[in-house]
Amino acid sequence: MIAASAPVKEQKNYLNAENGLKSWLLTQDHKRIAILYLLSVTVFFIVGGLFAALIRLELTTPAGDMLDSNTYNKVFTAHGVVMIFFFLIPSIPAILGNFLLPLMIGAKDLAFPRINLLSWYVYMLGGTLGVIVLATGGVDTGWTFYTPLSTTYSNGYVVLTAMAAFVAGFSSILTGLNFIVTVHRMRAPGLTWFRLPLFVWAHYATSVIMILGTPVIAVTLFMLMLERGLHIGFFDPAYGGDPVLFQHLFWFYSHPAVYIMILPSMGVISEVMSTFCTKKPFGYTFIAFSSVAIAVFGFLVWGHHLFVSSQSAYAGMVFSILTYIVAIPSAIKVFNWAATMYKGQVRLTAPMLYAIGFIGLFTVGGLTGLFLAAMGLDVHVTDTYFVVAHFHYVMVGGAIMGYMAGIHYWWPKITGRMYNQLWAKVSCCLVFIGFNLTFFPQFVLGYMGMPRRYHVYPAEFQVLNVLSSGGAAILGLGYLIPAVYFLWSLKYGAPAGDNPWGATTLEWQTSSPPPTTNFEVTPVVTTEVYDYTNAEVPHIV
Amino acid sequence: MSSHSSVAAHDAAHDPNLKHHFENADQQKESASIGMWVFLLTELMFFGGLFLAYFVYRQWYPEAFIAASNKTDVLVGAINTTVLICSSLTMALAVHYASKGRRELLVLFLIATLLLGGIFLGVKGYEYHDKWVHHEIPGEHFECHGCADEVHTQLFFSLYFGMTGLHASHMIIGFGVLLVLIWQAWKGQFSAKWYTPIEMFGLYWHFVDIVWIFLFPLLYLIDRVGRPLL
Ligand SMILES: [Cu+2]
Repeated sequence: MIAASAPVKEQKNYLNAENGLKSWLLTQDHKRIAILYLLSVTVFFIVGGLFAALIRLELTTPAGDMLDSNTYNKVFTAHGVVMIFFFLIPSIPAILGNFLLPLMIGAKDLAFPRINLLSWYVYMLGGTLGVIVLATGGVDTGWTFYTPLSTTYSNGYVVLTAMAAFVAGFSSILTGLNFIVTVHRMRAPGLTWFRLPLFVWAHYATSVIMILGTPVIAVTLFMLMLERGLHIGFFDPAYGGDPVLFQHLFWFYSHPAVYIMILPSMGVISEVMSTFCTKKPFGYTFIAFSSVAIAVFGFLVWGHHLFVSSQSAYAGMVFSILTYIVAIPSAIKVFNWAATMYKGQVRLTAPMLYAIGFIGLFTVGGLTGLFLAAMGLDVHVTDTYFVVAHFHYVMVGGAIMGYMAGIHYWWPKITGRMYNQLWAKVSCCLVFIGFNLTFFPQFVLGYMGMPRRYHVYPAEFQVLNVLSSGGAAILGLGYLIPAVYFLWSLKYGAPAGDNPWGATTLEWQTSSPPPTTNFEVTPVVTTEVYDYTNAEVPHIV
Repeated sequence: MSSHSSVAAHDAAHDPNLKHHFENADQQKESASIGMWVFLLTELMFFGGLFLAYFVYRQWYPEAFIAASNKTDVLVGAINTTVLICSSLTMALAVHYASKGRRELLVLFLIATLLLGGIFLGVKGYEYHDKWVHHEIPGEHFECHGCADEVHTQLFFSLYFGMTGLHASHMIIGFGVLLVLIWQAWKGQFSAKWYTPIEMFGLYWHFVDIVWIFLFPLLYLIDRVGRPLL
């Protein structure tokens, strides 16, 4: 491999094709836009993480000794809003999806490069509004903006925060629209639907949710802003409205939004599993269609957030059953990944470790979701730390583990450099241990009755809370180390070569980093997807 | 397939409107078309939230909705409906003449569409002003003399302003885009071979019109049977 990259003259690629800030800020290259997203999303991840640190610090003692209750409300709201709207939702689609989708389908770019750039600016505008809110005093409604708390009683900047989320939503609509058209119309000759990598299937399904769900949260926030700002009311009973309607509209988007966050991760896991088991994913078509099934059924389960919000018991039963049903396609994926590993040539690289971690943590998150879908149990644990632990197992244990797996897997393609495998494996273990230490105690706390969103708690809950805060410190360290070795690799990492992992999908057939036009010649696909018959399997240290 | 694409590649060398990342003009046009339809789907969901709120509350408070609806000005609403339908016709004609490469007629019908859109917005402004004068805007100053159910009458007007306001904002955006298109058409940037922006904007404009076609009966015509229309 070293011999292959011997020519001394540096190849032109998307990174060095042009120089200067302007060439980045006005770029229409999907790969450069992905880098813009990578940088900005990372900043928001750090901001959201700092708020998480404040929460865990406050909760090390039962008394509210560090933050008063009002500040605490603002801190957990900021944590939720930043992490969901500005980190989790754009993370994999806007960074890895943007970078990889055209490469995986042998296209020169996404269908609408200018709209792609626009989406980043829209995202940054939303982010700026969010930062203004944080800098001027924050908002205390929780990321859910429930009315009439948000529209009548809150003393924070509700309209501006809603506007931030509203604007950021349009960036994800634009991304989804671009992906859908690209997958339909930009595939290379011979690349049929069932030759598409599962990452592409996952992003297609994600895009469907983005374009169908996001406009609904947009109009909901629009109504919220009218009610709060202009007293044109829809939800507050004082205006004749019904706050439960807000909850319906909000969760009609926000439950599917969970799949906007987790489906792209599942796509990453399918790729990583295939490459490092050196075999076609077991049940390729099942995994592909399960992504579509999740996108469809994900829209029919929102009522499980309203079991205690005056929804009728019969509606509750229907939503409960539908929620069980939506777990089936997720389970199909987990079984298929496990079957892929069975009798595969498993190579335990850093991305593979993250992927295996994903399977374990996501399974716990998914199964506890079934507990919550059972109405009787849900009444007991509604608004407790059990719910908090559940969705962090899905969002952090699932979505972020998948994101980390993806960044580690495609880093050599994106930058052309290898990072240190040992450090990467160590930090993956730290993340896994730190994560479980943070959130497993919260299941117990929730089951014992500790409610979420309070900064004080009875003294008997302290041991578990201290464990959780300690775990959070380890988790934070686990996220910090990759920043170091990734930056290190940019300068000192060994050149990666075109295909360091021995993968089969198209993005590995061009150089690393890829040239601006992605491929010298538009590839023609003649083989089935994940065909390892002629693949060389490199040994990776 | 292969012979076909080489012909297209030959065309591409001469086509200044073909972006570099597309293989040929067909692919580019199909992409624009799918993109526009997907966008309209998002618009449908966007308006959908307000329509849902409307249906829920109308189901719950039919009497208040009827009373409030009868306070709207049917004549003005009907005039605006006509204006908008006419603007859809002129827009369709604009697309038609664009496809024939008739620059003057394209510009003419785009301007006609712009004017009709402007009239609609002007009339809407007049209606809003009228509501302001009569204290029919929800909020502190809302008044409803002789209303049996004042709070839900106000709710109707919240929906009225939410829905027509969102619709009007789409008209205003369309107005701005039309100005650009008229300028481009005037400078001769479109031809019978390439007029995709005109066609795509036509889809948008018709969509915004159709939304109004639903808004008009839902807001103005709930229960006019047996009542004097004017
Ligand atoms: Cu849910």
